[in-house]
Amino acid sequence: MTTVARSAQAAGASVQDGLSRRRRDVPGTLFLILLLGSLLFSLAILFILLADVLTKASPVFAERGADFLTAPLSSNPSKAGVGQGIIGTAILGVIVALTAFPFGIATATYLEEYARDSRLTRFIQVNIRNLAGVPSVVYGLLGLSVFVALFESLGLGNGRNVLAGGATLAVLVLPIVIITSIEALRAVPNSIREAGYGVGASRWEVTRHLVLPAAAPGVLTGTVLALSRALGETAPLVLAGAVLGSFSADVSKVLTGSYTALPAIVYDWSRKPQDAFRADAAAAIVVLLAITLLANAIAIYLRNRYERTS
Amino acid sequence: MAHATAAAAAGVSLRGSPRRQRRERIVRLVFQGAALATVVISAFIVWTVLAQAIDFLSRIDLSQLVGIGWFPRRGIFDVATLLIGTLIVTTIAMLLAAPVGLASAIYISEYATPRVRRTVKPILEILAGIPSVVLGFFALTVITPDFVQQLFSQASVFNMAAAGIAVGVLSVPLVASVSEDAMRAVPITLREASYGLGARKITTSLRVVFPAAVSGIVAALILATSRAVGETMVVAVAAGAPQARTWDPLDPGGTMTSAMVLLASGSDQVTGNSAAFQSLFFLGLMLFVITLVLNVLGDAFVRRARQAY
Repeated sequence: MTTVARSAQAAGASVQDGLSRRRRDVPGTLFLILLLGSLLFSLAILFILLADVLTKASPVFAERGADFLTAPLSSNPSKAGVGQGIIGTAILGVIVALTAFPFGIATATYLEEYARDSRLTRFIQVNIRNLAGVPSVVYGLLGLSVFVALFESLGLGNGRNVLAGGATLAVLVLPIVIITSIEALRAVPNSIREAGYGVGASRWEVTRHLVLPAAAPGVLTGTVLALSRALGETAPLVLAGAVLGSFSADVSKVLTGSYTALPAIVYDWSRKPQDAFRADAAAAIVVLLAITLLANAIAIYLRNRYERTS
Repeated sequence: MAHATAAAAAGVSLRGSPRRQRRERIVRLVFQGAALATVVISAFIVWTVLAQAIDFLSRIDLSQLVGIGWFPRRGIFDVATLLIGTLIVTTIAMLLAAPVGLASAIYISEYATPRVRRTVKPILEILAGIPSVVLGFFALTVITPDFVQQLFSQASVFNMAAAGIAVGVLSVPLVASVSEDAMRAVPITLREASYGLGARKITTSLRVVFPAAVSGIVAALILATSRAVGETMVVAVAAGAPQARTWDPLDPGGTMTSAMVLLASGSDQVTGNSAAFQSLFFLGLMLFVITLVLNVLGDAFVRRARQAY
């Protein structure tokens, strides 16, 4: 009896020792340092990028101030500004918001609220997922051979205008708008729909007055993110004809004449050999980042607020 | 019952007035039309790219597809030059994005407190939201002179290595977010079982959570590869132009995507009918097929990961 008790006591002490004695977990600590290092690497790159661009851009802003924001394009780096680019990016943003958003939200509503789970529905869903993965240059080809050709045949200049560029960007972000809107609609609890049908509302009435308002924050987040993505895209615009052109002074030809946009200006100036254009490019990047990052930050803020309340 | 018969007798349908019914039908048709239009967009993409690519192939001699390099204006369309460029840039990008992205995902999913997670994830999303032309500028003006040329003095001002690194930076958030989703989907009971057996956190993370989430992790890597293959502006700005065929990442070069942008924005405007112009569509077709295969594959893994638990 005593032997058993004694060995049990010894075993208990050994287990307690093993559990409570602090041992340094060397591989565990190294692993944690490795993980943290990787994460900090990304954050450091982001920080260096922003600091570098701001440093390079600050002389331009210090010397020229608001002139840089309003000046037209020029082959003289000390006179060139992003005024035309800001106008172009703003018009592109409006076109994308007016076309891709209603179109995308309508598609998402159909797929989530109306469509039965048929083979056609599933085909449409797979197709949208694949569209989201198509590289943006390929959308540029679509813009070039469909929209540019279409607007040219309609007699709107040579077709390489801001309308064709905006349509190209709208098609490019359409899958993103649809996918994020579907997720937002899916997050609306079914009880809300059932309550609506219970009081005799029709499908459209339930969708219009109950489901869409409940999904609005999520839909809004997705659309703002999509807009920010569209405004930063360069490749599709370059393919669909946004080479550096100035807007026509004639207001009636603004939409059908030549145009440019901020990212296209950044692309052009980065490739120029003069160092002065590098500084201008950095300043143009600051303006571009201010627009896209602001949109991103708004979207992330909206989503975080929404996630916490629901 | 009495009410229903009364309503029927009065000719009133419970569905509401004819006007209301008509509105329902119209709304449904409009929404359905929008959904079907997405299929039309895909059809347009495939049709325009395919038709012009076939036209391009019929216009040139097939021997023109093999040569010393990519010189579209001289009628030399050596596709291998661009495929090699794409391979080099994508490989460098994934060598950076895979370990950094996965390690970030493990940290965010397994180690970070909720508060750290709430701060770090938005920052990664901001990194993902930086326009790629900006990263191209960063690669050209910082990564090349301050990093690549410090290590390899023979590296040229425009080189594929710097472009690959910048594409990798852009791909980190995608790898991190998709694989983090997969790891967070692993049931907590598996972790508890592991701790119950006396395993340490590192063992639990690497030998329990990681294998359980492997489908999602593979999906993350495939989708990031597809994204890297399709990345355009970083390469167009930082890697110069494709020229003679080269395997050296320190040389200037180009990918399928950057060759397309350079063709379209070249100083001598490509005319609408030349073979050089149509080579755009041939490159677009190759790019479309490669990324589509990768995306379908990645999607299959995502779905497998979802079904697992």
